[in-house]
Amino acid sequence: MKFNSETFALITALFIAALLAFFGSLAGNDALFRAHALVLCLVLSGTLIYVLRIVKFEPAGASAPAPDTSGYMDGVVRYGVIATLFWGIAGFLVGVIIAAQLSWPELNIEPYLNFGRLRPVHTSAVIFAFGGNALIATSFYVVQRTCRARLFGGDLAWFVFWGYQLFIVMAATGYLLGVTQSREYAEPEWYVDLWLTIVWVAYLIVFLGTLVKRKEPHIYVANWFYLSFIVTVAMLHIVNNLAIPVSLVGAKSYSAFAGVQDALTQWWYGHNAVGFFLTAGFLGMMYYFVPKQAQRPIYSYRLSIVHFWSLIFLYIWAGPHHLHYTALPDWAQTLGMVFSIMLWMPSWGGMINGLMTLSGAWDKLRTDPVLRMMVLALAFYGMSTFEGPVMAIKSVNSLSHYTDWTIGHVHSGALGWNGMITFAAMYYLVPKLWNRERLYSLRLVNWHLWLATIGIVVYAAVMWVAGVTQGLMWREYDDQGFLVNSFIETVTAIHPEYVMRMCGGLLYLSGALVMVYNIYKTIRGEQREELPVGGTTQATIPAE
Amino acid sequence: MTKNERDEFSGIETTGHEWDGIKELDNPLPRWWLWTFYATVIFSVGYMIYYPSIPLIEGSTMGISGETTRSIVEKEIAAAHDAQAGMRARIETSSLAEIKATDELYRFAVAGGSSLFKVNCSQCHGSGAQGAPGYPNLNDDDWLWGGDLDSIYTTIKHGVRNVDDDDARFSLMPTFGDGVLEPKQIADVSQYVLKLAGKQADASAAESGKEVYTTNCASCHGENGEGIREFGGPKLADALWLYAGTGDQIAAQITKPKHGVMPPWGDRLGEVAVKELTIYVHSLGGGETTTASEPSDATPAQPSAEE
Repeated sequence: MKFNSETFALITALFIAALLAFFGSLAGNDALFRAHALVLCLVLSGTLIYVLRIVKFEPAGASAPAPDTSGYMDGVVRYGVIATLFWGIAGFLVGVIIAAQLSWPELNIEPYLNFGRLRPVHTSAVIFAFGGNALIATSFYVVQRTCRARLFGGDLAWFVFWGYQLFIVMAATGYLLGVTQSREYAEPEWYVDLWLTIVWVAYLIVFLGTLVKRKEPHIYVANWFYLSFIVTVAMLHIVNNLAIPVSLVGAKSYSAFAGVQDALTQWWYGHNAVGFFLTAGFLGMMYYFVPKQAQRPIYSYRLSIVHFWSLIFLYIWAGPHHLHYTALPDWAQTLGMVFSIMLWMPSWGGMINGLMTLSGAWDKLRTDPVLRMMVLALAFYGMSTFEGPVMAIKSVNSLSHYTDWTIGHVHSGALGWNGMITFAAMYYLVPKLWNRERLYSLRLVNWHLWLATIGIVVYAAVMWVAGVTQGLMWREYDDQGFLVNSFIETVTAIHPEYVMRMCGGLLYLSGALVMVYNIYKTIRGEQREELPVGGTTQATIPAE
Repeated sequence: MTKNERDEFSGIETTGHEWDGIKELDNPLPRWWLWTFYATVIFSVGYMIYYPSIPLIEGSTMGISGETTRSIVEKEIAAAHDAQAGMRARIETSSLAEIKATDELYRFAVAGGSSLFKVNCSQCHGSGAQGAPGYPNLNDDDWLWGGDLDSIYTTIKHGVRNVDDDDARFSLMPTFGDGVLEPKQIADVSQYVLKLAGKQADASAAESGKEVYTTNCASCHGENGEGIREFGGPKLADALWLYAGTGDQIAAQITKPKHGVMPPWGDRLGEVAVKELTIYVHSLGGGETTTASEPSDATPAQPSAEE
């Protein structure tokens, strides 16, 4: 990094921000805010020292050649891939830990490492840190290729990347300290929310700017999905986090909404975090990487248009199904249910378009585990987007709600769809981004595939059994009309399933570790001597 | 418009767009997909006509079913109440002894009490009424406040040491560590209590602890640790312990005693529920038949000169 006016501005900004954080750690209104400000101050000071060490102070005049702005901006994508892997492992690991805590409560370490604080660390790490970094990295990669344009805004993309990492660190450290606004998947307090808003708007500017300066006449379908994800998440994030801080130097805030309106706002947000973050965004990923890996055209342009618009129109209304049989008025519950049912086919449109894109390339599944992973991702996507509407039906929901069935459903979608499509995209990207001929080992990809698949199947199956067991035990009455089970009996009944769930998670984590090893070796430029996957004929070369 | 390229494998035309090598085929929407989508829409419209669905300025359309989730659950609860109404009325008007003597009522009360116990009592007493340190086991015959039907009924209805019910059971052990007894005396009397309980104790310490016991403890716990229920003084001369079992734990309890609190359930659950719970708890194994809460039948009376 050269010392110039830009790096000077960066150093100044970091210095001022660190200083402000330092004052916050002294003058904060409550102990939590002071502790959190101290964390921020340490993070920013560390960054400042690092920047100062890598900046080269050279005499003016000895100017280096102008930076290359001709090609694609891939540095930030490379960082995004590394961040995705890092947060993925962190998130999966915390998931295994909290699964163990549920099986053996003695493992709760009070107060910082108990289940209540680690659970949001897990959910935020896998959804926002792992999934979010994957989405940002792949969207930056895809939008450049499909627009034939370099990212708009110069170093703004770097701000998006580092700003997003800062958001993750502040969110996670806040959870451990006990800073939370207790909204599921939106736990960070007001000041972290404000920071994310700034970062997200910058992301929108980079993405939209790149679309505007595209050299292609049309906008590719992947970019519709990415754009709908970025715009909707901005809207959801801002509305759901409308709150009034108790003090401008305090950690606590109060929601702008109250009672059932607050609950509905939260689940409008919560469900569309699934809909636009985990569905629309990842469909954007699917629409680029599946046709590239299969080397086949997208099955149906018309289907992509119809399912895109029906998906984004219907998804936004489905949130009330999280509040069946609550204080929410009946009419809103009805709408939540019917919009969820109508959502079934629009969701499946993406699966059909993905799977049918393989027609003419099915033989590649024998030799290409990366493509296999994509097909599995689409299969899990199809299963969970069918299960979702079923669970939104009121009479099913009266059995499934509040049970582990919901946890199983979420994980078959998150591990199967989001995880697998991300892994496949990473395997596609790494050789391209680091200019390697191929991955270190396709056989290790196959190992990853099977470890992950068995892990998901174990997880989803035992959670389904556990959830139905819970639901049936909770509602069991004897022939005289008396409740049969106490709550603790319904907990001890599913202990074996809890232990097996942890084993499923462990399998999934080990698969991800295999991936990290494989990608590390690939980046180092090594190639494993191995027989090709799915046959002994040397002629079958994996699709790349 | 020029004719678009045709895909070799499927024979379908492409749309003519291309991004980074990705093309699109011009396949129509799959028929089954489209018809299933229409079917879900038609189902949804029907569902919205049948149930409340369109918000109005006040309330919403009620749907031709006229049913809401609330009205459905009210109906179910009313039906469940109706089904039990006859038995509940009989339990309300019968005495505890009558319930116990009438087979049909007894079985209903035990089933109802068991269910109530799971919801309201298991959190402290355990789902099998097995208790936990600080929370009495209800399966045995060691009763703090009496184990016959009337005593159990009173304990459940009014609770123990709560501030909400003037008739709550009440006893308070003094904080002996607060200058009343020396640490040495506490250690000695702990050994004596161990001896009373039939456990291994330091003989000489227990000997000097005996006098401390007689002066300070016997008035509530009885001359020989047999307990005095009307004062809420627990029996010490057995192997059943609420807080302690070792010399150190006994010393800790004497130095700074812990006291359990139980809420009054009479107002919360009502007469029928308290009766059912009484019958259930009494049925667990330790229920006593005498109505008197005299502990004297358990141990030979020993007139004491000190009292």
